[in-house]
Amino acid sequence: MSVGQDAERPAPAHRRSVESGAPAHRTSSVIAVVVGLVGELLITLGVLLGLFVVWQLWWTDVAANRQQAEVVADLTWAVTPDRPAPSPQPSAPEPVHRTDPAPVMAEPAHATTFATLHVPRWGADYLRPISQGTTRQDVLDVLGLGHYEGTAMPGAIGNFAVAGHRTTYGKPLNRIEELVVGDPLVVQTEQAWYVYRVTETLTVGPRQVEVILPAPSQPGVAPTQAVMTLTTCHPMYSARQRYIVHAVLDYWMPTADGVPPEITGGV
Amino acid sequence: MYGWLWRHLPGPVWVRVGILVVVAAAVVAVCFFWVFPEIAPLMPFNDITVD
Repeated sequence: MSVGQDAERPAPAHRRSVESGAPAHRTSSVIAVVVGLVGELLITLGVLLGLFVVWQLWWTDVAANRQQAEVVADLTWAVTPDRPAPSPQPSAPEPVHRTDPAPVMAEPAHATTFATLHVPRWGADYLRPISQGTTRQDVLDVLGLGHYEGTAMPGAIGNFAVAGHRTTYGKPLNRIEELVVGDPLVVQTEQAWYVYRVTETLTVGPRQVEVILPAPSQPGVAPTQAVMTLTTCHPMYSARQRYIVHAVLDYWMPTADGVPPEITGGV
Repeated sequence: MYGWLWRHLPGPVWVRVGILVVVAAAVVAVCFFWVFPEIAPLMPFNDITVD
């Protein structure tokens, strides 16, 4: 076991005795040690920076996806691929797509999850929670989509504005550029389904916050329709611009009446 | 630094390699779960909100 150590131990003592007679040689060996140490520290720093990139680009997705799936699973009222809504009785009337004023819930406490979002364009299994607030550490980085505080709630006249990451942290809005005009955005709350349809996509500067005004980009104008807005970073892996999707409420229906055909493959 | 560490680890080569693998895994875990989440908000590319 200690053969290697025994063989090495005498060597430094021997080297020391030789060096004591040659100061110049000792100085150069000190420099070599220092340079070697600095080199090893720099290599270590490089490895740690590489690890940080791996964490940011991969691990944040793993952790946030897991957390958001748990959040959705904990919403007992949420319709999910694993927990489809009970099929309505054969005698039940056809679900009515209602366009009268929709029920609107009050804004919940910060970081409370109050709705889910289905986007058929992003796959039948796309399902994310929507939570109150747009702070990063307790909403966007962990819970996913965040509702801008003070903007309208689902179904209300005004602008239901939602932010989400385009990349990293579960990237709930990663495929936002695939949305085209007419695509449904299906929001479920405990009471009701709200089916919005995309009306416009645009890119703006990060300070053009007027896109989440009650009447989008129309300061001072009273809203007349129920709008939903998605905001996320643009281009990918950058925060130089924002990608914006506006949608308008098409119809709503009580959750008790079934599931909108948009998310069952009907449309 | 690493040469010094290697010379001061006990046991035959495979034991030393095993110790280093465990230490490396621990360093990665500490970075992923505590260090990186702390420093990520300080990174300029994570500054995405406007007031």
